[in-house]
Amino acid sequence: MSAALTWSVLIATSVLCYLIKLVGYFVPARWFAGERLQRINALIPVVLLSALVVAQALAVKTHIILDHRMAGIATALAALFAKAPFPVVVLAAALTSAVVYRWH
Amino acid sequence: MRDAVSVALTVGAYGVAFGAAGVAAGFSVLQTGLFSLLAFTGASQFAAVGVVAAGGAGLSAVAAASLLSIRNALYSLQMAPRLEVTGWRRLVAAQLTIDESTNVGLAQHSLGPAAVRHGFWLTGTGVYVFWNVFTLLGAMGAKSLGDPAAWGLDAAVPAAFLGLLWPRLQDARVRVIAGVAVVFSLVMTPILPAGTPIIATVVVAVVGGWRS
Repeated sequence: MSAALTWSVLIATSVLCYLIKLVGYFVPARWFAGERLQRINALIPVVLLSALVVAQALAVKTHIILDHRMAGIATALAALFAKAPFPVVVLAAALTSAVVYRWH
Repeated sequence: MRDAVSVALTVGAYGVAFGAAGVAAGFSVLQTGLFSLLAFTGASQFAAVGVVAAGGAGLSAVAAASLLSIRNALYSLQMAPRLEVTGWRRLVAAQLTIDESTNVGLAQHSLGPAAVRHGFWLTGTGVYVFWNVFTLLGAMGAKSLGDPAAWGLDAAVPAAFLGLLWPRLQDARVRVIAGVAVVFSLVMTPILPAGTPIIATVVVAVVGGWRS
């Protein structure tokens, strides 16, 4: 991982995210009144987070690879269905994945 | 007040997860800490380091993070008339405009406008402190562990994403959209360059949200 990549992602993300937060304090509300925009915007976190789960748990670069991470995610799913709090979900996933990883 | 404290504590747990995710993605402890100080919007930060961890280009990482932060613009539209801030306070209010501060603030609506402002500032400041302290702890902790896989860190990060996603899946239609997004990104992973399937799933949100 090059330092140029990580620094540029850090700086560009920080600047853009701040400018986006500023928008509402400076522009008229009617610019964002469209219902379609609101609906699509509400779905963006859902699709991006879903894709991030796939990318991090099932993919290595451009390949789908089922490994120890899969066991971790399965445990996280079970914990979420059991209504476990966030830290428990993450720790259970980490523990399962680490055990499977060391086993192999 | 109780709302603000419980929100701030929950945020601490996410902060540790983000700190670990940043380091696992190849960011230094300093960069991971700066991310929380400067960007200060959890899901976007997770997305940016997530795309980098997936081997994606910098542009994809920044685009994913920015798209996720559009909701903050909608929050600031809500808060602007309620906070009535001017000058430098407006710049500070903007940085503190996130899910938690807006929602706790608006939830005080029945107690009057002063309570809304109080809830916003208290939650925003509390979350800012907790998020940054715990990001740093998570980043330093992850750094000292070494091989991320040996400690399950590579599974903890997607589990954290799943934890962020879960509360949004109450609605059946949203669950279908999430399912389509999962299938879409699985199919696109071998076809598109690394990291870009994440940003490409925005198509699913546009199609899914086009009609009511």
